Amino acid sequence: MKMDDSHDPRIRRADVPSAEEYTVKETLDQWGTFEVFHQKSRGDHHSHVGCVHAPNPEIALLFAKEQYARRMKCVNLWVVRTADITASSYEDAEMFEPATDKSYREAFGYKNKHLIKKYKEEQAQAKKEG
Amino acid sequence: MNFDAIKELLYRLADDDLIMGHRNSEWTGLGPILEEDIAFSSMAQDAVGHAQAYYIILHQLLQEPAPDTIAFARHHSEFRSCHLVEHPIGGYAFSLVRHALYDTAKSIRLEALSNSSFRPLSNLAQKIGREQRYHQLHAETWLRQLGNSTQEAKTRLQNGLNEAYPLAFSLFEPTLYHDAMVDTGLQISEAELEAQWMEKVQALVLASGLQLPEIEDKTVAYGGRYGKHTAFLPPMLEEMTEVFVIDPQATW
Repeated sequence: MKMDDSHDPRIRRADVPSAEEYTVKETLDQWGTFEVFHQKSRGDHHSHVGCVHAPNPEIALLFAKEQYARRMKCVNLWVVRTADITASSYEDAEMFEPATDKSYREAFGYKNKHLIKKYKEEQAQAKKEG
Repeated sequence: MNFDAIKELLYRLADDDLIMGHRNSEWTGLGPILEEDIAFSSMAQDAVGHAQAYYIILHQLLQEPAPDTIAFARHHSEFRSCHLVEHPIGGYAFSLVRHALYDTAKSIRLEALSNSSFRPLSNLAQKIGREQRYHQLHAETWLRQLGNSTQEAKTRLQNGLNEAYPLAFSLFEPTLYHDAMVDTGLQISEAELEAQWMEKVQALVLASGLQLPEIEDKTVAYGGRYGKHTAFLPPMLEEMTEVFVIDPQATW
């Protein structure tokens, strides 16, 4: 389709070259990527939300703000060069699987709710008695 | 309260943002790269939102027509926008430089308006000022980085600056009732705003490795505040109002 035929007046004005005139761009000639981490409120963890293409960290922050913080509440952003991240290999994923029961390492393994309740009652009682 | 002066001021503030926002929105889908396209479009949308907020004050407190009617149903001679914002988007370098000149002026103006004697305006200026911080950061970062990169980038920016800078003085063309606005504390004088702007622009241009062109006559692009516009505005308005005029009574 010729660009002159576009319904969008901006495209007609833009003097976009026709398909035959396009020069094919080299593969991966674009900027590298930065991973974006977003913090909802002070004290919260920064959570990974995605990535942006950028030539350097300063521009990456500019882009991250509009890409990832224009809808959700945000107080702080981090950007990290994707290339600077060292990741484990999926081939090693088995190492994360426990061979024996390790539920004692998990929070629900501790039966202590009744202790907390008892402590709170004692505190309340002590307060009452002054 | 001098309501004529308040109305004049609100129209002038709103019309600059509406026209600038619409112009910059013309980059949507055509921006240099995806992320920048989104950022630039988002800021254009912000500017239109700012215009709407001023129109709402005009409508709710000053008995002017509804915001959509003000934005889409006026003749070009009723617009109070300056010449800088009317010019076509040109190349991306021109648009970036214009964005820097415009938003630097807007930041300074909003800060001054935060102390306006008209409370609805001072409240709104403080609110818009928060969003404006990003616009300012975006403009300054790009100018500084591109200006200090390759010779091609530098030449393109310098050409953009040579074109946009003389037009930018139209931002400070005193409006009707200007002296009354100053006397009643609505805003500080245009001359004072211009001086603050010049100082900031000089610093930014220096940090970007560019040079400010010599200006012989600051009034070459005057006229917009009195409804005298360039030939660029009428076709832009025609395009902007194309859908609205099909059925002005339609509810959206």
